[in-house]
Amino acid sequence: MANVTIRNLNKNYENGFHAVKDVNLEIRDKEFMVLVGPSGCGKTTTLRMVAGLEEITSGDIMIGKDVVNDLPPMDRNIAMVFQNYALYPHKSVYQNMAFGLQMRKYPKDEIDKRVREAADILGIQPLLERKPRQLSGGQRQRVAVGRAIVRHPEVFLFDEPLSNLDAQLRVQMRVELKRLHERLETTAIYVTHDQVEAMTLGDRVVVMKDGWVQQVGEPLELYEKPANRFVAGFIGSPAMNFVEVTISDSGGALWADAAGLRLKVPPQMVERVRAHTGKRATLGMRPEALHLASGSDHADFCFDTAVDVVEPLGNEILINFRAGGAAMVTRVDPSVRVKAHQNVRVALDPGRVHFFDETSGAAI
Amino acid sequence: MKDPVVAGAGVAASIAAPAERGRVSRLTRWLESEKLLATVLLVPGMAILLIFIAYPFVMALWYSLTSIRVGDPGEFVGIANFAKAWNDTVFQLAFKNTVFYTFWATVFKLALGMWLALLLNRSFRFKRIIRASMLLPFIIPTVLSAFAWRWMFDPTFSVMNWLLYHSGVITDRLPFLSDGDWALWCAVLVNTWRGMPFFAITLLAGLQTISPDLHEAAALDGANAWHRFWHVTWPLLLPVTLVVVVFSVIQTFSDFQLIYVLTGGGPANSTHLIATYAYQVGVASGLLGEGAALSLFMFPVLFGVVWFQLRFMKRMEGH
Ligand SMILES: Nc1ncnc2c1ncn2[C@@H]1O[C@H](COP(=O)(O)OP(=O)(O)OP(=O)(O)O)[C@@H](O)[C@H]1O
Ligand SMILES: [Mg+2]
Repeated sequence: MANVTIRNLNKNYENGFHAVKDVNLEIRDKEFMVLVGPSGCGKTTTLRMVAGLEEITSGDIMIGKDVVNDLPPMDRNIAMVFQNYALYPHKSVYQNMAFGLQMRKYPKDEIDKRVREAADILGIQPLLERKPRQLSGGQRQRVAVGRAIVRHPEVFLFDEPLSNLDAQLRVQMRVELKRLHERLETTAIYVTHDQVEAMTLGDRVVVMKDGWVQQVGEPLELYEKPANRFVAGFIGSPAMNFVEVTISDSGGALWADAAGLRLKVPPQMVERVRAHTGKRATLGMRPEALHLASGSDHADFCFDTAVDVVEPLGNEILINFRAGGAAMVTRVDPSVRVKAHQNVRVALDPGRVHFFDETSGAAI
Repeated sequence: MKDPVVAGAGVAASIAAPAERGRVSRLTRWLESEKLLATVLLVPGMAILLIFIAYPFVMALWYSLTSIRVGDPGEFVGIANFAKAWNDTVFQLAFKNTVFYTFWATVFKLALGMWLALLLNRSFRFKRIIRASMLLPFIIPTVLSAFAWRWMFDPTFSVMNWLLYHSGVITDRLPFLSDGDWALWCAVLVNTWRGMPFFAITLLAGLQTISPDLHEAAALDGANAWHRFWHVTWPLLLPVTLVVVVFSVIQTFSDFQLIYVLTGGGPANSTHLIATYAYQVGVASGLLGEGAALSLFMFPVLFGVVWFQLRFMKRMEGH
């Protein structure tokens, strides 16, 4: 039972590199919090500071009500699953899982009970006598998780635990981790650079970039209401389409103009966008906010283009094209028939438009 | 065995066809025959082993069974030389000394070398320079460093006695090399000083192959520094440790230079090792046959050590 509070956390490495910048997070009890961001954004550093493996330059980390800044890792009552598993190569699976309990002087039968219980949950009972070398990647992964759960810690920390697995196994383990979390109800902090993993696992997701927190929110919130252009582009696949436009006021309406593209600013956004009249801004449209125009689409939200590449994925088709000086993609129903180089008219769903400030990138 | 390779080369050759390629492909085929290539590569090494190891060894075996001495080919005497050595009190002492010297020197080298390796494995300023300079005792020729030590232990000029005396630790000079027991401990000290860097560097190399993640995982598992050493470092370092220990045992057991320079086996033959005593009898006194027999007493011991190592390595691999 523990929430984790991170206040004004900073990390400067010895070489002066400022890896984590003023991070503030409140991870609630039993919550599954995912840190996501591109490589080098400081996710691992943050996690390691929570674990006590990395010194804090400034700020506070609290687990429950206790400030743990200066507590050694072993006194923090946390368990961590490493990216490369970090199983003790010379110990059997059983010993690997038992080690943490032995070090904490649990009685033998209690250790045995907990190890077998964890092995049961993870389906690795037949492997208990094996050495890590004799296990597949997925099995090692389970043992690493097992080693963490036998301890019944207050907080689980995961550093990209699935990134060494093949795609299929990753999906399977993702589901298992989620199920496990629901069963154990332990606070978890999970680091990944994979936004799909972040969206599917996280109760809430923290998006980081260059050491800064960009946005914290529930997965759908990040998707629907990205706080800035970076989050908008990072979350979602295929990524959001961006067009650099100029905002103009003509005939009593606001327009977003780019070369060969003129779209009306939808009414619900007019108020916010008006301040940018005459200035440049970034127009953002999710691939599913675009479709091939039909008679019912208003001309103000349509533009003409030629299809570049068609990617049939089975359950959907991705149509790539260029418009307004940018490469764009739309996601349409597989029944739609289009060919490369065909001229098409594309319509925008006016309810799903984003504008971003040109300089700060913040959502308008 | 070689068939698939040769067949492969044949296919390649028939594709390459034209005449000028013929010679190249014949050379390729010749080199691809594993047995031939292996032989070619092994010959120089084998030759060196034969000339410098096997030949002298066989000669020593033969000498040890004869009464050969300098200027006298002697005659076959069976195991008389061995019997004599067996009953020779100086040899008995030399054998005991060798075991004592090897045991303690190896223990100290391992303990201190491990300690040094663990220290050097941390990050600190001037890491490279300190790591490199630590090898100094190892790269100075033993004879030279042993001479330096002899001066430091010298009965009249000993800098150690001077220091200890003037700092008030002692009131009488210590008999560093003039007492048999003291002298042997001094030899252990010098050997440790000289051999420790090798232990430290080798163990350090071993330490660096251990993923820091394992230590972090152990720290999270609640292991303190000692437990981390005992449960993570030591078992993972064991294969490397074993190799250096065996290596050092062999070197120390057959050590010659250090004692030869430091004490010359004295005082009164009390610090001889097998090697120095065999030298004294065989070369200095010219009794080649007896000297050979004495030196051969090292063989079964070293053989046992190597056999143990090989067996252990095999078991580790088998795991
Ligand atoms: N020991 C160190 N000394 C100096 N800089 C470091 C150190 N460790 C990490 N960094 C830098 O700090 C930044 C953040 O590193 P971190 O490992 O937290 O990234 P990450 O978000 O986990 O990335 P990835 O997804 O690649 O694992 C990186 O730019 C990295 O180069
Ligand atoms: Mg990382």
